[in-house]
Amino acid sequence: MQEPEITEELIEAHGIRPEEYAEILRILNRAPTFTELGIFSAMWNEHCSYKSSKKWLRTLPTDGPQVICGPGENAGVVDIGDGQAVVFKMESHNHPSYIEPYQGAATGVGGILRDVFTMGARPIAAMNALSFGEKDHPRTRTVVHGVVEGIGGYGNSFGVPTVGGEVRFHPAYNGNCLVNAFAAGLADTDKIFYSAASGVGRPVVYLGAKTGRDGVGGATMASAEFDEGIDEKRPTVQVGDPFTEKRLMEACLELMATGAVISIQDMGAAGLTCSAVEMGDKGGLGVRLDLDRVPVRETAMTAYEMMLSESQERMLMVLDPEKEDVARAVFDKWDLDFAVVGETIDEDRFLIMHGGEVKADLPLRALSGNAPEYDRPWEPCEPPAPLEDVPQVDPVDALRILATSPNYCSRAWVYEQYDSTVMADTENGPGWGAGLVRVHGTGKHLAFTCDVTPRYVRANPEMGGAQAVAEAWRNLCALGAKPLATTDNLNFGNPEKPEIMGQFVGALKGIGRACTALDMPIVSGNVSLYNETDGVPILPTPSIGAVGLIAEGEEPILGRARDGHVALMVGRQGSHLGQSALLYEVFNREDGDAPEVDLDEERRNGEFIRDNRDWIRACTDLSDGGLAMAAFEMAVASGTGVSIDSDDTATLFGEDQGRYLVACNFDAAEALMIAAGRAGVTLTTVGRFTGDDVKFGGSSAPLDELAHAWKGAFAEHFA
Amino acid sequence: MKAAVIVFPGSNADRDLKVAFENAGFSVDMVWHKDTDLPSGIDMIGIPGGFSFGDYLRCGAIAAQSPITRAVAAHAERGGYVFGVCNGFQVLTETGLLPGALLRNAGLKFICRTTPLRVERTGTPWTEAYGAGAEIDIPISHHDGNYTADADTLDRLEGEGRVAFRYLANPNGSARDIAGIVSGNGRILGMMPHPERAAENAHGNEDGARLFAHLPGALTAA
Repeated sequence: MQEPEITEELIEAHGIRPEEYAEILRILNRAPTFTELGIFSAMWNEHCSYKSSKKWLRTLPTDGPQVICGPGENAGVVDIGDGQAVVFKMESHNHPSYIEPYQGAATGVGGILRDVFTMGARPIAAMNALSFGEKDHPRTRTVVHGVVEGIGGYGNSFGVPTVGGEVRFHPAYNGNCLVNAFAAGLADTDKIFYSAASGVGRPVVYLGAKTGRDGVGGATMASAEFDEGIDEKRPTVQVGDPFTEKRLMEACLELMATGAVISIQDMGAAGLTCSAVEMGDKGGLGVRLDLDRVPVRETAMTAYEMMLSESQERMLMVLDPEKEDVARAVFDKWDLDFAVVGETIDEDRFLIMHGGEVKADLPLRALSGNAPEYDRPWEPCEPPAPLEDVPQVDPVDALRILATSPNYCSRAWVYEQYDSTVMADTENGPGWGAGLVRVHGTGKHLAFTCDVTPRYVRANPEMGGAQAVAEAWRNLCALGAKPLATTDNLNFGNPEKPEIMGQFVGALKGIGRACTALDMPIVSGNVSLYNETDGVPILPTPSIGAVGLIAEGEEPILGRARDGHVALMVGRQGSHLGQSALLYEVFNREDGDAPEVDLDEERRNGEFIRDNRDWIRACTDLSDGGLAMAAFEMAVASGTGVSIDSDDTATLFGEDQGRYLVACNFDAAEALMIAAGRAGVTLTTVGRFTGDDVKFGGSSAPLDELAHAWKGAFAEHFA
Repeated sequence: MKAAVIVFPGSNADRDLKVAFENAGFSVDMVWHKDTDLPSGIDMIGIPGGFSFGDYLRCGAIAAQSPITRAVAAHAERGGYVFGVCNGFQVLTETGLLPGALLRNAGLKFICRTTPLRVERTGTPWTEAYGAGAEIDIPISHHDGNYTADADTLDRLEGEGRVAFRYLANPNGSARDIAGIVSGNGRILGMMPHPERAAENAHGNEDGARLFAHLPGALTAA
């Protein structure tokens, strides 16, 4: 088939800038072919090259004694002792999920699961951080239903428990939802698999589903000229097949156990192109691919289409040639396609053959090594508008508004559509604090959380970035887990606008500072930019996923409050109402600064919880909605009323950081007071768990009535 | 006591069932669906939860055609014990070892939550541990758990005391709140809820453990 001529329009349609094209000409000393242009566009787009964000990502802390593998591979790897590692990452699938919510979200889950089992780890937990537009926007309901069903449809069939997540609503996401999927897996530290190819003349093997035209070109598929060669336009959103993914995982893990796998890379964005270049580049080798051998499910596919297809559930491996038969038998068992599609070569070359012709012949190293990198101009964000007067509210009325709002009502409608109990290791599923699973067959437990408060980040990027990490730290500590490491999913608007770049730079400074102070290095992550519609950016949303460990012999804090328990608060009295849930939900205001994060205090208070777990019956961190919301949620989870000795708005709804609510009996409370004095931790009695009402000072309502409203609100808003 | 757990390519609760059987004292063989024979001396077959072949067609319909399914049917015809959980229940109805079918949940959504059940009868190894009328909490996790059968079949199941478990708060539209049924000889149980996910202290609920714990003794006595 005749490839189209390279024109200025075609170059632009591939998202390649004139100066980038000049660099391509310089590298090649000639004009690229159409297939080569496609390969460059795939490797040099924002998604694959991180060209706007690299400079700042390098400033993040990524190392620590617990880190086995930091960013750069499919997922981060962290030591959990006894020769075991937890392997995890979070990744966005924002644009596809807005266009086609079910498949967009489903393939987001598929992609992140593949990242984890590509490393040799069996996925053991998943989470999802979702940001949707406001409730009354015409598209929101469709997106909510489709995204939640898509996540469930994929994860439930695959068989990984979803143990946590976030759901938020804000008009800034009206035209651009966020779907950030997290997955974690378990592996033996001596059986981690990486993408770097090694050895010359070794078979490059294609595994999994067949290649179709889905996803070809993605965002770059726009020009009329290049439509002419394509028989039929396919939607650019891929379609997921969790059953194939499940078999692919089982087959990969089985094959890895035989020792046949030298290196492995999943085919995600830009499919065959990205995976082959990555394996060659990291291994210092070249790669020759013969596209006639690629399993296809459509006829007359061109080299261009095959190189850019984003068909799901595919893998590329370099195999030990002596074990090719073993490998073939494993894939036959699981009824998956298996084809030797090329080999590693001893030169810096990416050679693509199709129909006996050379379709691309590129220096492989330049594809990633010479990818553009930008130092985008940025300007510090304007300081937030000062907090105006906040009137005193009737605290129970305010709680009722919060507890029935889309943002703070029970998420059961969402998470009950996800299998949270498969694998029979879930100890704490979604709905109450961090997720917790036991490490199968051991006395260890792993805790998972994902957090960010985008209103804070917009008001004060650096403080908001730090706050996201601090809240993740607290959620892990509240379960008694020691925070180990972090993955970041950085969702922002258009980086070519200095004010958006300013948000990005500020947030990364805060994240980096907090991760360093709290020993939670970033081991993996993903950047999603250009989240704008009609020039309106999303709220800056750097989702922080974090993992914590409860070691053998330690107990998680999983208890519930009982009638008669004392309510204790760790940390300072509530005072900060700027950017609070109360302001937003009750007064429809978003003024004031983000709350101050004191990382020394965070560390001290978190360690206090972990060190004194034996005295603590139930524990939760204080976040959106402050003491009032935490006390209410603990009361609902425990099935007992609560009485807090204050009706002051800031005391109850202030969102000061570094705080926890603890329930325990009177004797334990005394012991905790003594321990707090020794540790320099502020601990105060704020009330009791008792009776059948929620009481704040003189204001009260029956717990049953509030709990009923809280539980039913999500369905009322969206079902 | 020896149990076999059947593994289809899309089974995802096979290990969960194995662990529950082992904790009750069974030794467990995992049997691949392409096998044609069961290991010798099997006392119990477990058909686990999951999405046996993706369940893009009717749930369990393709699994019912797998080579191993003939061996399972032969085991059942010899009076052997078979336990189908969730997708396993769907497979049992598709193979005809149990009557009826599991339709899409009435609310059209997947549901994962702990659900109260009433144990409807005694006299089977599956329910003996609880006693008739006992109320237990067991997690459900399914998209297609809406049990249906024609009125005559439902009447027959009721009349013969073959409804083993009934939902106390019907989550999925099941006819007559049916959560699990047994075969005519009481030796085959199919149920949508997952007792193996409420079988250890770590699950925060051990109501399902008794079902498994009771099996070895009941099978020896039988």
